[in-house]
Amino acid sequence: MIRLVLALLVLPGLASAQPYPDARRIVSVGGPVTELIFALGAGDRVIARDTTSQFPEAVNDLPDVGYMRQLSAEGVLSVNPDLIVTRDTAGPVEVLDQLRAAAIPLVEVHDGFSSEAVIAAMRTVGSALGLRPEGEALARQAEADFAALADDIAAGPQPRVMFVLSNQGGRLNVAGAGTGADGIIALSGGVNVMAEAFQGYKIVSDEAIIAAAPEVIVMMAPTGNAEHDSRREGVMALPAITQTPAGEANALVHVPGAALGFGPRTAQFARDLNTAFTAAVQ
Amino acid sequence: MVAVAQMDDQPGLTGDRRGRAAALRFGLIALLILMLLLGLGWGAAGDTQVLAALGSKFGLAEASLRDTTIIWDIRMPRVLTAVLVGAALAVSGAVMQGLFRNPLADPGLVGVSAGAGFGAVAAIVLGGFLPVAVLSVVGAYLVPFAAFLGGWASTLILYAIATRGGRTSVATMLLAGIALGALTGALTGFIVYRATDDQLRDLTFWGMGSVAGATWMKLLTAGPVIALGLIAAPVLARALDALALGESVAAHLGIDTQLMKRLAILSVALSVGASVAITGGIGFVGIVVPHVLRLLQGPEHRNLLPNCAILGAIILLAADMISRTVVAPAELPIGIVTATMGGPFFLWILLKNRHILDI
Repeated sequence: MIRLVLALLVLPGLASAQPYPDARRIVSVGGPVTELIFALGAGDRVIARDTTSQFPEAVNDLPDVGYMRQLSAEGVLSVNPDLIVTRDTAGPVEVLDQLRAAAIPLVEVHDGFSSEAVIAAMRTVGSALGLRPEGEALARQAEADFAALADDIAAGPQPRVMFVLSNQGGRLNVAGAGTGADGIIALSGGVNVMAEAFQGYKIVSDEAIIAAAPEVIVMMAPTGNAEHDSRREGVMALPAITQTPAGEANALVHVPGAALGFGPRTAQFARDLNTAFTAAVQ
Repeated sequence: MVAVAQMDDQPGLTGDRRGRAAALRFGLIALLILMLLLGLGWGAAGDTQVLAALGSKFGLAEASLRDTTIIWDIRMPRVLTAVLVGAALAVSGAVMQGLFRNPLADPGLVGVSAGAGFGAVAAIVLGGFLPVAVLSVVGAYLVPFAAFLGGWASTLILYAIATRGGRTSVATMLLAGIALGALTGALTGFIVYRATDDQLRDLTFWGMGSVAGATWMKLLTAGPVIALGLIAAPVLARALDALALGESVAAHLGIDTQLMKRLAILSVALSVGASVAITGGIGFVGIVVPHVLRLLQGPEHRNLLPNCAILGAIILLAADMISRTVVAPAELPIGIVTATMGGPFFLWILLKNRHILDI
């Protein structure tokens, strides 16, 4: 409820962001931002993207200006952008300041792990690109999707879930509060067992895993990277995991990596994950 | 003093070397100027009107805001940062090798950089816990100062451990350096563990090093500290030369060895600490540059230190140019470039000159 009030308070401010309807050389920084621009039908106005922007397929043909937290001011300027749209977690700060100094308009999209953030971003980017009706339509659709999902979640089971980012020789790197994984689990009707324990991703001990007693283990879907995938496969066989309800039931759910960044596909990812949760605990 | 002066006057050996060093310096300065011009004129944004942008500050020409920003706010500070940091790392390497009388001494290798990195990381993550009153006074100087303190403390500890009865033990120094590096690495790791996800990803850059975030602000903060360390180096040259003959000989030559050692440690800690604070850890410059120059011109520090500064600057400028163009429009951290270039090159030098170095 507080979140909703906050979102309502912030919304008018964001929606009145200066529009750049004539921008035709956009550098898009951050996977969800890029997805959003394409979802608004403005993909043809994007001329460069960052390393985290890999969807839709077409963006992979565009020049890559580097990892979104390690941008290079000159690199970005070298593609001659007339607008930069970026997640507000991009950096370094000095580089963003240098880009502003070069008088390139910079639209920052608030990065949050909630449905409110996703909906606000649709309106922000929509009005920034001069596509306010399109942004509004996307936002309305997302609101409806999230509301329908919330109804279904209330009616179904709400399993205890643990998200495993990686398996480092039998020691698991697990998501706590304030992470994309925590956000998507909450939206999908799961309860993150480590949310109370810590912030961010941390390596947790075997005993902490057993004590947390997750009913479902979530991991990122196989990426085709053989080494990563083979290490992930071993997770369900680890002694600590076999001692949990999830291990006993072999309840492993895969989530696409893109679901950890909150963008226009989040509602769909959350629905899929909710379906997978329900199937895993029944 | 007298004995050293007489040695210099020996014909053939030293005279030749001094001439070679002077000729080399001339060539190096020319190369440095060329690299500076290249560094300003060449980058990912190839269509920049360099001359117009340069002149526009003085009202000599018209240039777009984009071009003036690229030249004055992006390329200029990073080129100057590369020059200062490259010079500081190379000179610090040479000073440490002279001080320890050990060709393997290098700020990166013996844990000084690790100590400075620990200071910087601690300041970034824990700085927020300081009282606002303190923060408002130290402000932007907090990180460079913490890095300097970390570097200074590691150098002092290392020196105290490795020196016994006025003799510095080579093996003890290396092993103590590794242990010290591991310890500061662990302390850094502990702080990193406490960091938030955002701080964590931003901290990664300390490990790899970069001059990409160079700004006038950072340069004006850390630059004077680095320069102070560099200015101290020539004062040390004569003493380091005398020290090469052994500590007791140096003392007989009228050199206050203890004072000189402290000065050397302070100069290394100042310049490496402040360098690490603005660019993160950049490896191999401190070890490759002095050795290449020793092979070319001999070991006398009076000639070695200035040339080290110039060649160090050239190497870092070159590495930066590679780092900002090879994956353009993205950028490669410069530490990756120096290690990739420096590692194999150093091995080649070693194999080729095994008999001269005779380590």
